[in-house]
Amino acid sequence: MSPILFWIFAALMLGFGAATLVNRNPVASALSLVVSLLGLSALFFSLDAYFIGVIQILVYAGAVMVLFLFIIMLLDLKAEQRRQISLPVLLGGVAVTALFVTQIALVVRTFQVGNKPFPSLAAKFDDASNIGNMLFSHYNLPFQVIGVLILVASIGVVVLSKRELN
Amino acid sequence: MNAILHDLADPNSILFMIWTTLAKSAGLLGVVLGMVSYTVYAERRVSSLMQDRLGPNRTGFPISLLGFGLKDWSPILGGLGQPIADAVKLLLKEDFTPAYVKKFYYWIAPALGIAAAIISLAVIPFGSKIGTVDMVIANIDIGPLFIFAISSLGVYGIVLAGWSANSKYPFLGAIRSTSQLISYELALGLSVVPLFLIIGKLNLVEIVHYQVQNGWMLLPGLTAGKLPTLSQVLCWIPVLISFLVFTIAMFAETNRLPFDLPEAETELVGGYHTEYSSMKFALFFLGEYTAMITGSSLIITLFLGAWHFPGIPDGSMSGWPGVLWGLVNIGVFFTKVFAFLIFFIFIRWTLPRFRYDQLMKLGWIWLFEIALVNIFLTALIVAFVH
Amino acid sequence: MAYQVPRPKLTFAEKIYLPSVIAGLKITLGHLWRMLRGKTHVCMQYPEEKWDSHLPPHYRGAPTLVSDEFGRTRCVACQLCEFICPPRAIRIKPGEIPAENKFAKVEKFPEEFQIDMIRCIYCGLCEEVCPEQAIFLKKEYAITGTSRAAMMHQKEKLIEMGGIQPGVVNKWNEKK
Repeated sequence: MSPILFWIFAALMLGFGAATLVNRNPVASALSLVVSLLGLSALFFSLDAYFIGVIQILVYAGAVMVLFLFIIMLLDLKAEQRRQISLPVLLGGVAVTALFVTQIALVVRTFQVGNKPFPSLAAKFDDASNIGNMLFSHYNLPFQVIGVLILVASIGVVVLSKRELN
Repeated sequence: MNAILHDLADPNSILFMIWTTLAKSAGLLGVVLGMVSYTVYAERRVSSLMQDRLGPNRTGFPISLLGFGLKDWSPILGGLGQPIADAVKLLLKEDFTPAYVKKFYYWIAPALGIAAAIISLAVIPFGSKIGTVDMVIANIDIGPLFIFAISSLGVYGIVLAGWSANSKYPFLGAIRSTSQLISYELALGLSVVPLFLIIGKLNLVEIVHYQVQNGWMLLPGLTAGKLPTLSQVLCWIPVLISFLVFTIAMFAETNRLPFDLPEAETELVGGYHTEYSSMKFALFFLGEYTAMITGSSLIITLFLGAWHFPGIPDGSMSGWPGVLWGLVNIGVFFTKVFAFLIFFIFIRWTLPRFRYDQLMKLGWIWLFEIALVNIFLTALIVAFVH
Repeated sequence: MAYQVPRPKLTFAEKIYLPSVIAGLKITLGHLWRMLRGKTHVCMQYPEEKWDSHLPPHYRGAPTLVSDEFGRTRCVACQLCEFICPPRAIRIKPGEIPAENKFAKVEKFPEEFQIDMIRCIYCGLCEEVCPEQAIFLKKEYAITGTSRAAMMHQKEKLIEMGGIQPGVVNKWNEKK
């Protein structure tokens, strides 16, 4: 993919990421996050990682964010829109962000492996089956453990949402 | 200049790719939108014939107005002009924006709804080949996933429409529709996994090629002109289950009766598009019917051999025969899609609407579980056969 | 007190619902097939086919002014219909019949008589109230026009629609 598209999608992602934080209207924030996620998945597409890119849309933009939006609309939040920005909070936020960005910049500069060019992929590259093979052979145990973890979490939700506990 | 002309005809150049893709997109969009308007017409005609009425049978083409002594042929073409009259009416109607709506979201919601429906058409192989050009706009390796992802984005159109209208019936419609779409997406996605287990590919074009060689998924072997093998017969059981679940989930996903809870007229006035008029309303309408066409195309591509019909060659040969057979293949595809749309219409005018709790129960307790069990069944069969 | 609706016990075939889908399709497709073969005839193709000959004698269509056997409008411009008309669709401008006229005994005639067919509700009170039996509701029901003026039936139009109707009230007839 040409660098122009990379810059367009990166700018889209970062711009709407910032809009998520800056917007006072919760619905506008959630929608900005959706656009930001779409930009991210476009970047995945540009790396030939079609599977991850589509899953990004399917799971985050298509399911999780819809539920978020749903809850926001049902709650009809008004308090967030009226809140004032206080100076100490703003300064603190800027300071933490600056610290974090400096840290990342230092790490990236000293990270020697990152300077090596990535070997180009084969012309026809089936990333879905590659991910499947990796997941079920190399990372089988962690994968299963995560499955159990999610099961525990969902059972927990069911138990908690039941009103009367004997 | 000559170099550009040469590029335009050279199958390996980027210019060739660009103009063929543009031509395919324009052609497909034209065919699908035309099909949408005539599906609406077919819906009105078929429904009225099923209810012992006649339906719109008058609006013909007033060609006698052009002069030249032309005749109207109204008794023969009766009704076929109706979609055009409808479109003109919708375009010319007053586009009314209520004062209390949230303007920005009110405006982008219809566009989101139809964009999602149209984008997912991009990965559907609607024909074999014309010469060297594949009759699919984007041949990507994860076709079905792409369609699911994009159609899950279509929910935003509905949610925003209902919410921005700032009025209770659209909002209730939007809430229903969101929960319905989220519930049925799971069943929809899981029900086709057995197919991918059997075929071993996620690319729609390759899935179609598999069906050309081994027979359609629902009619294994036979349509490829040979008897089905034992493994194909065994695999046919989960494929049938998956077809049923997928079709039912597709009905729910496209908001068709018996699952049209979001716009249940008797309960919710008009559902999420109550506050819309004119072309904005028409966009929702178009989006809904385009989603129907995308859904039917997906069912046909996955289970019924897409453009393949026994005895008709594909269009990969060079010269005019290639073009001719390629066009015939496209015709076969759209005929199948149309047949499926008619089936959609039959079902719509036959069954009563489900209750909301029945809808949720069907989605979460029945379809979801059946699809899950079906995956394990297929895995067992595939393991047994190998 | 809450009333519990007894739920019917469903058989397995009813529970999985698909047999009922097929049964329903059988009915609707049966109707479609009958319709396609032209066996069903329930619709009347309205402008071409009409039900006019089946209209009952008391049918209330458009109000009109009838004339007697001498071709004279029977209306004496008493304005009773104008006063009783619930939607106030009738407007009458009475005029005097000159003394040398053959019908001078009648005294008044409608100089203008108009019925606004946009307002008319076809109630028939005008016919009911008319002491001269001059106004009758005819069987015409397809009253259309492309403008408001066309829907305003003037005296000439009303007389033309009414036609000649020899009646029982003839007290202004010189011979009686």
